[in-house]
Amino acid sequence: MNNLLDVNDLEIVFSRRGRKDVRAVDKVSFSVAPGETVGLVGESGCGKSVTSLAIMGLLPKRGVRLGGSIAFEGTELIGLPQDKLRRMRGRDLAMVFQDPMTSLNPVVPIGTQVTEVLVRHRDMGADAARKEAADLLARVGIPDPSRRLKEYPHQLSGGMRQRALIAMALAAKPRLLIADEPTTALDVTIQAQILELLKELVRESGTALIMITHDLGVVAGMCDTVHVMYSGRIVERAQRHELFAHPRHPYTGGLLASIPRLDQPRGERLEPIQGSPRDMLAWSQGCAFAPRCRNRVDECVGEAPVLAPARPDHEVRCYNPLGGSDDR
Amino acid sequence: MSLGAAEAAITVAEDHGGGVWREAFKRLSRNPAAIIGAVLIALFLFVAIFADWLAPYTALAPDLKQIKGPGHIPGPTAEHWLGLDDQGRDLLSRIILGARQSLLVGVVSLLFGMIGGIILGLLAGGLGGWFDTGVMRLVDMMLAVPGLLFAIGIAAMLGEGLLAVMIAIGVVNVPVFARLLRGQMLAQREADYAMAAKSLGVKRRRVILGHVFPNSLTPVIVQGTLTLATAIIEAAGLAFLGLSGADPSIPEWGRMLAESQRHLAIAPQLVIAPGLAIVLAALGFTLLGESLREALDPKYRR
Amino acid sequence: MLRFIVRRLLVLVPVLLGLSIALFAWVRALPGSPAQALLGERATQAQIEMINRQMGLDQPLYEQYLRFLGKVVRLDFGTSVQTSQPVIDEMIRRFPATFELGVTALLIAVVVGVPLGYFAARRNGTWLDSATITGSLIGITIPVFFLAYMLKYVFAVKLGWFPNTGRQEARMLDVEHPTGFYVLDGLVTGNMAAFWDAILHLVLPAIALATIPLAIIARITRAAVLDVLNEDYVRTAESKGLTSGVVTRRHVLRNALLPVTTVIGLQFGLLMSGAILTETVFAFPGVGKFVADAIPTRDYPSLQGFILVIATLFVLINLVVDVAYGLIDPRVRVR
Repeated sequence: MNNLLDVNDLEIVFSRRGRKDVRAVDKVSFSVAPGETVGLVGESGCGKSVTSLAIMGLLPKRGVRLGGSIAFEGTELIGLPQDKLRRMRGRDLAMVFQDPMTSLNPVVPIGTQVTEVLVRHRDMGADAARKEAADLLARVGIPDPSRRLKEYPHQLSGGMRQRALIAMALAAKPRLLIADEPTTALDVTIQAQILELLKELVRESGTALIMITHDLGVVAGMCDTVHVMYSGRIVERAQRHELFAHPRHPYTGGLLASIPRLDQPRGERLEPIQGSPRDMLAWSQGCAFAPRCRNRVDECVGEAPVLAPARPDHEVRCYNPLGGSDDR
Repeated sequence: MSLGAAEAAITVAEDHGGGVWREAFKRLSRNPAAIIGAVLIALFLFVAIFADWLAPYTALAPDLKQIKGPGHIPGPTAEHWLGLDDQGRDLLSRIILGARQSLLVGVVSLLFGMIGGIILGLLAGGLGGWFDTGVMRLVDMMLAVPGLLFAIGIAAMLGEGLLAVMIAIGVVNVPVFARLLRGQMLAQREADYAMAAKSLGVKRRRVILGHVFPNSLTPVIVQGTLTLATAIIEAAGLAFLGLSGADPSIPEWGRMLAESQRHLAIAPQLVIAPGLAIVLAALGFTLLGESLREALDPKYRR
Repeated sequence: MLRFIVRRLLVLVPVLLGLSIALFAWVRALPGSPAQALLGERATQAQIEMINRQMGLDQPLYEQYLRFLGKVVRLDFGTSVQTSQPVIDEMIRRFPATFELGVTALLIAVVVGVPLGYFAARRNGTWLDSATITGSLIGITIPVFFLAYMLKYVFAVKLGWFPNTGRQEARMLDVEHPTGFYVLDGLVTGNMAAFWDAILHLVLPAIALATIPLAIIARITRAAVLDVLNEDYVRTAESKGLTSGVVTRRHVLRNALLPVTTVIGLQFGLLMSGAILTETVFAFPGVGKFVADAIPTRDYPSLQGFILVIATLFVLINLVVDVAYGLIDPRVRVR
């Protein structure tokens, strides 16, 4: 197999003594090819962030059970000893987190937080690392990088901090970058800049990217393949254009319908998905989305649907998918 | 909106106050530390209240026939479970009667400290401005003097007597309560419900006295539980230094410990018994206070 | 930064002035006349009259206060009733003993308390964590003097591992003391026997004195480390694949120790209170023992002087801690 990352039947169960087990991720499988940009889309709590933490090996050991397999270039990551994982993290796979305000160490200069990656993974001396760090900051669009290196996080704006975090993640030239809602905490005007930057950087360096987001708008601009998750399972997957042109799962349809569009006819209302992610069924009792679904049929409660091809290269987990060719 | 509606809105916003306590108690009943603390406190209160009835002997009368010569200190026997002290008095009875003294000093000095602190804190947090600054400087000043030294000074100034000791310990704790209440009130004044009341035109005094103040009392009560423990320890420390204030015929744990220290080598039980009594009493209030604080802290709620 | 220090120093002025007023008033509020209070009960009528004239008690109160303040600024706290020596001389003579004891105790508290709190947090929920929490609660509730007696009984009386009382064996009376810090003196003069003797005398009182600060430091460290371990930036550091040593030192401890620094500064008051009791139990000839002895002898000038000096030291130490905090925490530095 020449995939960069193969996630197979990944299961993540949180179990705490005295409480019921919570199955956060349930038999999720997907792959990422080298240089590919993959979107993992869903509401908060659907398991997308937990999946990314599992790939990074950042889930706590206590109270978490992992099942299935996560293979990076053929190396199985689940059960890999911590010291081996530590050598891969930051070097082979890296991550950018949601909130740049809290993701940087407030008492360590930005420069050190960049150079520590270079010293660790690229065997650089202090001087070489500093020079490289300045180059990195310049590449992510931070003006006056050599001055910024000496500054502390609180002296930088949110957008600048996220740029610095991206610089850290890309410092060791990883082959896979995971970005977990990298723009959610930022001002709208900054969001587009950061997305553009990410897009450019992964294209230049040939880094594969897993984009984790609740916002299909983000996916539309950059992802090759999109996986839509709901309640710990993938409910639909397809190439970006295919998915936007022919969404089959009612949940995907709902997500698309709730994006405001400029070309929308005046007076037409946005259609929100009813209810909240809390109104859901356990997959063992049927389709988790059924309580909120407009297309619900009798079969939806009972046995859960399976992920099955609906069109060429397009899979959906639904008994009553949205209509034929161009329904919207 | 009418004032009545405003009041109703505020009451709703505040209602979680009672719920917080109810939830906290539920959590307390599952916490072994809290249960041990409560048991220790119950035991301490029981012994203190029924001391006269529980003590097998009177605290004063020596059992002279047990003493076989000068300097002889009989250890535990069937009649005297903990033995006798250097003057032939039953140690267990003296420990039991000492509980009452400890409780009395602890509670009264706590009340002095709490009332003083609440008045200062309420004025500082409620009035603000230069008064607040003045009170906070006073608090800084009081906190700059180590507690025991402060208490020694006050007790010396007030002269002999139990009341002097109780006031001294109380005064030492005033700044703790004052600062805590003021800080809490400043935070509560910024809370949504207080802002809502203010924007609806409820009088300032009414907002502060009727809403901000009662809602700020929770940490003060928690601190009170903890301070009761330190008050008992401080009282013992003062008694150890000769500032017990009480009638020498009344057993006092700190003084018993101090007086027995010269017999440490031959009769260590005379030191250990009152020492353990102090530790257990203080531990009870500390365990309950800490558990209470944890139970009320939103950070631990999940 | 300089501005910050100056502003903090300015806040100290009213606190210290207020304290001097309070202590001035305190002597006048003591039972009996001020002269009697300052001289003690053994004072004769002639002495009292002399003192009254000396102190200018016939003059208005504010003038009396200014005179008092003038003396205090020149470190003149009067004469000790116990020894008939100037209070300041007594203080200077006894200070090294208490300083040595206090620093040793604080060292024990930090060196044991910080790692204990750190590992308790790292192994949150295990027996080590529970033992640390329980131990620190008991540590806070044991009266210092009771613990001191128990240590003395077990390790000095029963086991005989350590000396019972004092700072020095009687046979070492002729040992030189260039600094007054006996441990240091042993090293400076190359007298290893004296050095070892001084350390043996310090162990038990220092442990007794260290208990409460140790319990507090362990608890604060545990809480701070638990907080920091949940921070996003620690996860970021882990995601970079740094070694666990770098993550611990640079990202966990550097943040978690900030609140601990402040707390260490606040231990000074506790250490002084504890020194009064510990030094009494071990007959350790320091400032604390002198204060304890001042109570039955009604040595009010000594008490007054000690309270002023100790309170001043306390506020200065906390100023130093605040400045140190500003140096380690960049967020404060800029403000």
